Amino acid sequence: MATTQPEEILLPAKPLFILVTLLAALLINLLPWAGFSMWFKPDFVALTLTYWCIHQPRRVGFTVAWILGLMMDVAHGNLFGQYALAYCVLAFTAITLHRRVLMFSIYHQVLHVVPLLLVAQVLILLVQLATGAALPGLQYFLGSLVGGLLWPPLAVLLELPQRLKTHADRV
Amino acid sequence: MEHQPRPFFKTGPTPLTRLLIFSLLSLALLVVDARLRYLDSVREAIATALYPLQQAAHTPGRLIDNVSDFFVTQAGLQNENALLSRQHTEDAAALLHYQALEAENTELRTLLGMRQRVGVAAQLVSIAYTERDPFSRRIFIDHGTRNGIRAGQVVVDSVGVVGQIIRVHPWTSEVALITDKDQTVPVEDVRTGTRGVVFGMGYDGAVELRFMPFNTAIRKDDRLVTSGIGGTYPPGLPVADVVSVERNAGYMFARITCRPLAGVNRHRHLLVLSWAKTLPPRPPEAAARGSDASKRRR
Repeated sequence: MATTQPEEILLPAKPLFILVTLLAALLINLLPWAGFSMWFKPDFVALTLTYWCIHQPRRVGFTVAWILGLMMDVAHGNLFGQYALAYCVLAFTAITLHRRVLMFSIYHQVLHVVPLLLVAQVLILLVQLATGAALPGLQYFLGSLVGGLLWPPLAVLLELPQRLKTHADRV
Repeated sequence: MEHQPRPFFKTGPTPLTRLLIFSLLSLALLVVDARLRYLDSVREAIATALYPLQQAAHTPGRLIDNVSDFFVTQAGLQNENALLSRQHTEDAAALLHYQALEAENTELRTLLGMRQRVGVAAQLVSIAYTERDPFSRRIFIDHGTRNGIRAGQVVVDSVGVVGQIIRVHPWTSEVALITDKDQTVPVEDVRTGTRGVVFGMGYDGAVELRFMPFNTAIRKDDRLVTSGIGGTYPPGLPVADVVSVERNAGYMFARITCRPLAGVNRHRHLLVLSWAKTLPPRPPEAAARGSDASKRRR
């Protein structure tokens, strides 16, 4: 993929753009998913958060992850802290791995992102089990796999505003 | 690991330290939220901040609904109108009968010196969104403290009991469905009058009548209605139909599975019942304690 070739120099991401994308992901998560589509629904917030933790680890880190987690907890009406915990672990793994992940092409990055999303889901599952929920089926993990499939388009999309504008008169 | 050069730039605590701090913070929140009830105001604040986002998220669906409402056909409307007016006539007949029965019941109760049944007021609400979490059987309705909703009120649809309000935000409220795990409804069997408690099992389409003795008279296809015991649910609301009664010698109790009557998938509108249960008058010296207890029960 041309987008991850090392010679390409990207503009720094604008903080406002990061904020807007994270809010948009939250908005998509809040859409009325119901019934069958619930199982396929990837966690868009987790996905976007992973992207920014990998690409902008100095800007987006634990604080952002934690606050987003609290928002997800309230939106889902479940116990405070389970999404916060999961997103913090997600942010940690993404920040620790960010140099390594960026070495790979976008399609190979999927193989890193899916385990990260799965770890976050397993953490939420563990908290739920500890509070006495029944074990959902294996289809519970489908969301992370779908999230992995969405990673390439998302990565291209979020990188567009950072591309250098190649107008001769503006450089 | 044993010898690392000093970093050039000051970056604050390492990621691992931060992870530990934030994880401990999250775990502390989890424990505090699970054991104590200190965080309701924080939750309310975040819910209020999220409200515009939630409204925005539901705008497309609402728009589609409005557009499809606009394009209903004439024939469809006529059919529906005919159906509704027929149903209205039928209901009117039933209502006349009901009014006569109610008058008779009041008279009988007066004769017997019993307390009158309390009236139940209803508030029409619509479902703001259903749960997006495979773990919880909850829905959100579009009324909150601003509309006078209180935690503990009962939510019904046109068929039966849907659930109970467990948390109220300024503009929305959370309803735990009767199928939510360990949600309980005190019920009685219409046919036999046997009383019991129905428990949610955490998945759709089934609730369980637990702790019924082996020789219970409850049979398949019995209708269960709320018994009104406990004071939360008004008596006589349909809850579930018995689907199967298993008597296994290995267990102490019969295993009774029921199918809830109300379905949140079918309707967009629900009714929130306000049921001001007045306690019977008590002797004056115990009155203070009695009103205290009634407050705590809400």
